[in-house]
Amino acid sequence: MSVLVYTESEQGTLKKGAFEVASYAKAVASQLETTVTAVAINANNTSALGNYGVDKVLNVTNTQLETFNAKGYASVIKQVAENESANIIIVSSSADSKYLAPLLAVGLQAGYASNVIEAPTNTSPFTIKRTAFTNKAFEMIQINTDTKIIGVSNNSFGLVETTGNASAEEFSANIPDLGVQVKSTDKVTDKVTIADADIVVSGGRGLKGPENWGMIEELANVLGAATACSKPVSDLGWRPHGEHVGQTGKPVASNLYIAIGISGAIQHLAGINASKVKVVINTDAEAPFFKAADYGVVGDAFEVVPQLIEKLKAFKAQQ
Amino acid sequence: MKILVCISHVPDTTSKINFTEGDTKFDTNGVQFVINPNDEFGLTRAMWFKEKQGANITVVNVGGVETEPTLRKALAIGADAAIRVNTVATDGFSVAKQLANVVNDGGYDLVIAGRESIDYNGGMVPGMLAALTNANFVNNCINIEIDGNSVSATREIDGGKETVSTSLPLVIGGQKGLVNESDLRIPNMRGIMMARKKPLTVVEPVASNTETTSVKFEKPAPKGTVTLVSPDNLDELVSLLHNEAKVI
Ligand SMILES: Cc1cc2nc3c(=O)[nH]c(=O)nc-3n(C[C@H](O)[C@H](O)[C@H](O)COP(=O)(O)OP(=O)(O)OC[C@H]3O[C@@H](n4cnc5c(N)ncnc54)[C@H](O)[C@@H]3O)c2cc1C
Ligand SMILES: Nc1ncnc2c1ncn2[C@@H]1O[C@H](COP(=O)(O)O)[C@@H](O)[C@H]1O
Repeated sequence: MSVLVYTESEQGTLKKGAFEVASYAKAVASQLETTVTAVAINANNTSALGNYGVDKVLNVTNTQLETFNAKGYASVIKQVAENESANIIIVSSSADSKYLAPLLAVGLQAGYASNVIEAPTNTSPFTIKRTAFTNKAFEMIQINTDTKIIGVSNNSFGLVETTGNASAEEFSANIPDLGVQVKSTDKVTDKVTIADADIVVSGGRGLKGPENWGMIEELANVLGAATACSKPVSDLGWRPHGEHVGQTGKPVASNLYIAIGISGAIQHLAGINASKVKVVINTDAEAPFFKAADYGVVGDAFEVVPQLIEKLKAFKAQQ
Repeated sequence: MKILVCISHVPDTTSKINFTEGDTKFDTNGVQFVINPNDEFGLTRAMWFKEKQGANITVVNVGGVETEPTLRKALAIGADAAIRVNTVATDGFSVAKQLANVVNDGGYDLVIAGRESIDYNGGMVPGMLAALTNANFVNNCINIEIDGNSVSATREIDGGKETVSTSLPLVIGGQKGLVNESDLRIPNMRGIMMARKKPLTVVEPVASNTETTSVKFEKPAPKGTVTLVSPDNLDELVSLLHNEAKVI
């Protein structure tokens, strides 16, 4: 009856998000006075999960699951859940977890709540808080089924360290017919992704053209940040579509979001409002972004950004 | 090829979000409803298949009579027929259950839904529908090509994209990228006239259970005012981000 958490890995290494969902699972387990079991797939070393409240890890090693497959992964998690009689399953909000969770929900006849931002407010009836209307509102929902799946919003719960040991065991699962095969992957591996980033540096149409993104990338580099852009910037082909953030693009829930030359249209703000601290740099003091931001600089990006890079470099050197 | 496009009827992206009845219901007063943007990309891709490879397109919504103008708009864009399942959508699972019934009845080869609806943001209907109908499933789909029964599709992943091969029957969770922004169509007069003559069938719901119940909505706390920093004093910005906001 322990709480089960799916801890994602990439090339055998646990992702940062795995520790956040583990922290969340620990909070739920404490409410229910039970333990936390993690399921990992092809992970090399899972002992660090003990520091985030996991008591036991079941690792599934299988060459058929070397690349992510939603159906295969959902089936493995289902088998572990049934074997452990787990009726609460925690997953993250990564693209992969959001892909597999609905399949798992049908397989386990479980109610699934996505975009959850807090530990349950009540465990009977099981009530949780999620975001809805693209961050324009919160929704309290009850999950009525015996088995429940919670998708935790990235960066909403944070990492909570404890001391403990996670024992590791191998779990052998049956692999179903996968149905979908990966042919090729096109992925930047040396850059922070928007989903994982603590800091996101984002540029808008105010930057005039793709040739001016050098300073955006440099700023991102100094901060260890991911780069993003507004919708027209990706529509114009200045930046790849994967960088488009907002209501119809990727959601951003970083600790710091820096918007440069972005007006702050409602569709843009909706997608980035879950970020904790927002900074805007814009020539127009009337730009709507100033109403949504915590800190603002009214100024020309072409002057402000290079200076900010220098100041930040000096600051980092001091640290 | 028979294509079913799932259409969720959502508040326009510029809508102010308010609630009534003790914050338990979304206040539709003065709100303009549109085709969910992710579904609009999907519908436009379906039109591409119709025009280039030959396909019959049905659009479906699970909802009350108030969603019919949205379905008519999809017909005006070029879908051949519409189905409305006459029940108020309660949760993602119950919607998927109704849609599964429509899919099983109609024998569709390809079901196009959106990655998520911009109101409920559940991101669960397409996957649940695929599981309930035993179809293959590709989420966050930004490209799809079909040759006979074989499918090549591209999906967005964190930090990049991935191309996969699969086969029909298939459900996709689509999004921007399926077609270019500039390919989206605004219904013209002829389309609107023709849409009036196209069939919009109302079917009654099958029995379903509600797995999750919405209890109450809350609006985010109003934000404080912005702290302005002079462009000549960026040291102060660095110091505020470090000492006050504690984010660097
Ligand atoms: C259905 C729908 C969905 C949408 N979804 C999204 C979405 O998901 N994400 C999104 O971003 N948008 C979305 N939009 C578009 C949105 O409405 C805006 O058009 C868009 O966000 C504007 O992008 P921008 O701020 O980069 O450009 P603009 O609105 O052109 O703003 C440019 C800004 O740069 C400033 N500027 C100019 N020069 C400088 C300079 N030298 N230094 C500093 N600042 C400068 C200007 O003052 C201005 O404020 C959507 C629209 C619709 C209709
Ligand atoms: N009531 C509905 N009727 C028809 N399709 C729907 C409905 N709700 C959701 N969908 C489809 O499922 C997708 C994802 O919705 P959701 O799971 O609510 O985020 C939408 O983009 C639609 O394609």
